[in-house]
Amino acid sequence: MPIKTIALHVYPLSPCGITSDLAAVFGSLVEWLVVSSRGLGRGVVAALYFVVLLAPLTAWAEVALSGFMQQNTAFNAVAANPDGRHYKWLEEHARIQLDATEDAWRLLVKGDFSYDHLGRHDQSELREGYADYAASNWGLRAGRQIITWGLGDLVFVNDFFPKDYEALFAGRPLEYLKRGVDAVKLGAYPEFANFELVLAPDFQESRIPDANRFRLYDPMPAVTNRETVKPGQGDVGLRAYRDIAGYDAALYLYRGFQRTPSMRPDNMAAPTKITYFYPRLSIYGASLSGRAGAGVLSLEAAYYDSREDRAGKDFAVPNSQTRLLAGYQIQPAEDTSLGFQYYAEHMHDYGAYLAALPAGFPVEKHWSHTVTARLTQFFLHQTLRFSAYASYNTSNGDHFVNPELRYSFTDRWWGAIGANLFGGKPWGQFGQLARDDNVYLQARYEF
Amino acid sequence: MKHWWIWLIAALLPLAFSGQAQALTGEEVMKKSQAAFLYPGKDFKARVVMKLINKDGQERVREMTMLRKNMGEAGGDQKYFMYFFRPTDVKDMTFMIHKYPARDDDRWMFIPAISMVKRIAAQDKRSSFVGSDFTYEDVSGRDIEDDDHIVEREGKVGDRDCYVVKSTPKGSDADFGHKITWVDKTSFLPLKEEQYDKKNTRYKQFSADEIAEVKGIPTVVRRTMKNLQTGHRTEVAYLKTDYNLGMEDSLFSERFLRQPPRKWVD
Repeated sequence: MPIKTIALHVYPLSPCGITSDLAAVFGSLVEWLVVSSRGLGRGVVAALYFVVLLAPLTAWAEVALSGFMQQNTAFNAVAANPDGRHYKWLEEHARIQLDATEDAWRLLVKGDFSYDHLGRHDQSELREGYADYAASNWGLRAGRQIITWGLGDLVFVNDFFPKDYEALFAGRPLEYLKRGVDAVKLGAYPEFANFELVLAPDFQESRIPDANRFRLYDPMPAVTNRETVKPGQGDVGLRAYRDIAGYDAALYLYRGFQRTPSMRPDNMAAPTKITYFYPRLSIYGASLSGRAGAGVLSLEAAYYDSREDRAGKDFAVPNSQTRLLAGYQIQPAEDTSLGFQYYAEHMHDYGAYLAALPAGFPVEKHWSHTVTARLTQFFLHQTLRFSAYASYNTSNGDHFVNPELRYSFTDRWWGAIGANLFGGKPWGQFGQLARDDNVYLQARYEF
Repeated sequence: MKHWWIWLIAALLPLAFSGQAQALTGEEVMKKSQAAFLYPGKDFKARVVMKLINKDGQERVREMTMLRKNMGEAGGDQKYFMYFFRPTDVKDMTFMIHKYPARDDDRWMFIPAISMVKRIAAQDKRSSFVGSDFTYEDVSGRDIEDDDHIVEREGKVGDRDCYVVKSTPKGSDADFGHKITWVDKTSFLPLKEEQYDKKNTRYKQFSADEIAEVKGIPTVVRRTMKNLQTGHRTEVAYLKTDYNLGMEDSLFSERFLRQPPRKWVD
């Protein structure tokens, strides 16, 4: 059965056409990331790479170094983790960002060095690392990059790029909701429209919460023999966009796989092994946004073609869907913004789904309706920000609330306190996390 | 002296012309002032350093490159592009405004951390620009048609002769009662402006602190907006100011919002 999370997406890594210098620089960075996977030594090695890289780069281009240091803690508010720990997140984190430009070229590297106190230890990663080339009416970006398409606020219709749901639910800064993809992005910008094509040679999945830290619904908890099979190929995404009478209009195409895994038992009657896999998926979508009355209206729609099981007869594979989103955002007063969204998912082969669903499994609705609201209010010359996001699924009662207060102590220091509150049916996307409510703290010094 | 009247006319002519100059209406003065202050050149670029200073003297700095392109005549549509350098938590953020005098702006923001372009609601041009004492209107202009303008008197700011214009909002929805602007008679730049609330109390004061000629165009390169009620003030310096650089329309687009060209944002 599909694991319940919203999701999807695309990308790669062949610095074709990059000057040899840049390719070498880029290659070594990527190599560092790929080769090193665990152990504190990785962070040190990576830091050395930065220093070694800098000297030739500064001779060749305009180079800017920046970064931050961060502490991030999330306490359980209701119950301990399944592994007995009392924290959802406990981590020190540093970033070094290198930004080099020369004419039409740009090299951007964001290296994150982090230490997790909840058993994962060194969590360093190359957050982003890419080379850009921008010509007058086309451009290319190659390497690890974060891509966000679509219009939704924590609701994803045409943003089929990989997410990190664990980061969102464990109170990390919002930027960690997105995962980088190793891809080549080609942009073409003729007069009549803009096109972006994203080619990823390797599939990158979304990260779902860790079962040691979050209570995830599991219909077969007794089966401990589990394996994950990732697609052996990459994926591709295309976006075309332009202005139509003052509205931002876009079309989206995706051919790849579901970003969150489905699970298949080897035998329904007496399962001994569960295999996680990523079903084949194509998406055809569109979006429109622009001024309407006093606010901004956003509309999005997409058809999710479940290529793995078009007939909808395989209970382990998500049914084909239509997703619809309407959002409206206004500014009712100075420094105040209010946003509302209505989001629907419609299952296409509901009859086949019901017929194939094994007894004892939770039954999903034919239509799923969700409403969300977000309030953002600034105070003290926009140095203090309160924001609250709430999502409620009217079909099954699933809900998620995230209030947050963030203050900039100086131009370099900021801190935030917030909470993640979940509820709903035990198998719902948020309902399964009902006992995982947490309160989080973030503090960051930027340099 | 048959033609005594010719001599009389000749003698009176200069008076007549100077009389005409003085007879500029309030609206004409404000139109010329807007053209001189917010519309000079076909396009404009500056590195803007804003210091937000509270009454205890504590400072916060907002630094950005601001690009502006006129889409037509003075008083018409404009496009703005901003790239932020400071504070560090908004570094690389970009912001774009398509300004239409008679209706609400279109605004877009690019958030680099999540690589997302967001269109943002903007029905209130009177709201604070990046937390400063300047409003969007103070930065990009207020529609002349929104107020009644009367030349109240003539006055001086320093040694500069000025028109002193009182502007009163036509509608009742404005958040201020009226404002008084000292407009330089030569350059038509606003040298001083006082904003009054609806109870007729002065609460905000603008001053042009330094004017420099850039490509022959008198430009306010240092300015201050002070909130007289809270004691908070914002001092702005325009560095590397330049005009008529040949900015393309395509610069003001989502592509460059996501990928600001270094050439324009240094």
